[in-house]
Amino acid sequence: MKDILLQIEPLIPGLRRYARALVRNRATADDLVQDCLERAVATWHRRRKDRDPRSWVFAILHNLAVNRLRQMQRQGHRRADAAGDDQLFAQRTQEDRLQQRDLLRALAELPEDQCSVVLLVGVEDFTYAETAEVLAVPIGTVISRLARGREKLRRLLEGDTTTPRVRLRRRPYLRRVK
Amino acid sequence: MTGRPISEDDLQAYVDDALDESRRGEVVFYLRRHLEADLRVESYRMQRDILRAALAPVAEEPLPAEMDLARMMEAHRRASLAPWRRRAVALLIFSAGALAGWSLHVLVDPVPAGIAALAREAGENYDVYAPDLLQPVELGVAERTTLVEWISKRFSRPVTVPDLTTFGFDFMGGRLVATGHGPAVLFMYEDEAGTRLVMLSRPMRKDADAPLEQHSHGSIVGFAWADGGMGHSLVGHVPLDVMKSVAEEARRQLAKI
Repeated sequence: MKDILLQIEPLIPGLRRYARALVRNRATADDLVQDCLERAVATWHRRRKDRDPRSWVFAILHNLAVNRLRQMQRQGHRRADAAGDDQLFAQRTQEDRLQQRDLLRALAELPEDQCSVVLLVGVEDFTYAETAEVLAVPIGTVISRLARGREKLRRLLEGDTTTPRVRLRRRPYLRRVK
Repeated sequence: MTGRPISEDDLQAYVDDALDESRRGEVVFYLRRHLEADLRVESYRMQRDILRAALAPVAEEPLPAEMDLARMMEAHRRASLAPWRRRAVALLIFSAGALAGWSLHVLVDPVPAGIAALAREAGENYDVYAPDLLQPVELGVAERTTLVEWISKRFSRPVTVPDLTTFGFDFMGGRLVATGHGPAVLFMYEDEAGTRLVMLSRPMRKDADAPLEQHSHGSIVGFAWADGGMGHSLVGHVPLDVMKSVAEEARRQLAKI
């Protein structure tokens, strides 16, 4: 029972971050993490011993979160509704603020299945194989959801009517094209 | 150079630094000649960095007292000594749920018959019992024999519990539930990540024999069938192909009785 503390406790900050970004509600997200931890404690001895504890505990959280999102959806809530809630994520500097806020709002527009992949791969640093394990889907599905999610974010942020040339002028970060 | 064409997967893996050195070189070479792809990849990378920065503060927040894992472990140890207490709480929650369910009963559209009705009942029962953390089943796996004898007596026919461990689903237990077509038995399974399946079975007056049929209830997928007057519907939130294999296996085992 001791190793559960050693293995699971360091994961709690990441679990909170994933839950909050996915369900867009601080209290609900923390409730889910708490449920997840309780379940992890209750089923620790039953888990498959060859399974990585990190992807196991994220899978528990993900399943709980998806159930909760469905429930919220049935009650008429949309993930995007909370998108403007600036209390949800504390931004550090004024300079980053707008960029980060726009991206977080765009993230709320993604369907849950794409959002979870974008978060697990991009923020929580899961490999594609680990992500596939968390979500119980094939690796190919992970990559195609990732591609669709990232492209949708890009279009939301840059607008999909602009041609590359227009964007070129607007975007100072392009260096190879002179 | 392998000469393999660059795919969208390669571009994603490039963004995530998940390519080996030689493939990475090929992608870099490709991006130099393809402005559109280069712009996209650059945009994805930036996206990812901004997202990480935006979410980083969440992981730095102090943990609330409710997330004290050591305390949770202690509470779990004590709770497992007093199962009657959990039952009492579950009963309260169940009663509240049942009342809410009953008041909605009159609002729902006409009840379908036969296999369609069974499939719907399975979905409804999944909604009620699968998310329950305290008492999802009335008789647990330790009381399996009691459960099977009780239900067999109730249905006046032998009832068996399909073994789904080859798919990673362990039997958790079950309960008798009410449906618009009389009593049904609910068996619940769970895999080690906490994904739950529900199988609802009851005697059928209509559709006494019916082939495996896919149905959905909201976002839950399921398969229902009937053999020799007993109808079964297996539902859960798992990929469709997995669910189909699980249902085929359950049907195979149940047909053997």
